[in-house]
Amino acid sequence: MAAARALINVPPKARRGEVIGIKSLISHEMETGFRPNATGQLIPRNIIKEFVCTYNGVEVFRAEFFPAVSANPFVSFTTRATESGTITMTWTGDNGFHASESVAITVE
Amino acid sequence: MISRWRIAAALAVIGATFPAIAEIPMSERKSGYDFMGKQTQAMQDDDTANAGMLWVLDGEALWKRHAGAANKSCADCHGDASASMKGVAARYPAFSPALGRAVNLEQRINSCRAERQQAKPLAYESKDLLALTAFIGRQSRGLPITVADDAGTRKAIESGRATFTRRQGQLNLSCAQCHDDNWSGRLAGAPVTQGQPTGYPIYRLEWQNLGSLQRRLRNCLTGIRTIVPALGAQELVELELYLMWRARGMTLETPGVRP
Repeated sequence: MAAARALINVPPKARRGEVIGIKSLISHEMETGFRPNATGQLIPRNIIKEFVCTYNGVEVFRAEFFPAVSANPFVSFTTRATESGTITMTWTGDNGFHASESVAITVE
Repeated sequence: MISRWRIAAALAVIGATFPAIAEIPMSERKSGYDFMGKQTQAMQDDDTANAGMLWVLDGEALWKRHAGAANKSCADCHGDASASMKGVAARYPAFSPALGRAVNLEQRINSCRAERQQAKPLAYESKDLLALTAFIGRQSRGLPITVADDAGTRKAIESGRATFTRRQGQLNLSCAQCHDDNWSGRLAGAPVTQGQPTGYPIYRLEWQNLGSLQRRLRNCLTGIRTIVPALGAQELVELELYLMWRARGMTLETPGVRP
């Protein structure tokens, strides 16, 4: 199961100017790079390094992740509903990890 | 001869009444959910915050994937899981007449793989087996636990109960001493809980992973410093069955989130 699974929660409809809550969850082991395996060798680090959320192409939220962030990181934040369009979330990380999810929002 | 009968009768009385006194009354049973903080409860309740749903989604993909020499998917035989698997997880572990013993859901999935798909069994606690178990369990969310209590399962339930009430390990503790007698207390700051298996497989924050009931049981057994049976051991399956019987009528929450 190479592809990461992501679950995102954005209200499908909002009033213009309303503050909306956005939640995102992605499957990722977030291997810290500090843990030894059964033979005592360090397991190479494998983490998500960056999470970016754009709203119609405009960045509204960005987070840097570090080894102390839990596996399957869950991020919740708010933004203001300005116009109808697409909210896109992108995760990038070690070993060329890249995942992206988009969801439509209607603003009235 | 008479005195021997008397001793036997006295032992039978002790045997019959002692576990009944220790058992939690039906009305006082609480899921692990009720012991959790509000934020953890909110995580479980929201499907987009409940990390267990990631495995459910994986399981849904596996359900439709063709596997094995027979090149069949689960869906080829069982169709839409929301109909065919509804209530199934609430009935497991169950007695298998073919094997003559109780089997849990993971073992049932693997026997289906072996017999129908002619595929290799999935390793216990592997991502794929957890995903399928979580997906099937999800179809019973909100339903009451209804494991069979009949001629087939009775012996296994009793054997599970015997494991539950037997003192063992270097700490010389039985499961019942914590989870029947002291569930309102705390152990190192954390609630002891009643050990009701209402949400398995669970996403345990401590594990940062999904895990089966057997994984959780092995945790507890390690904690009392006893000999820990291997994953899939019959002793653990029977303990699972007893715990599900003990939680009969309680609501299944799969996939649960636990601290």
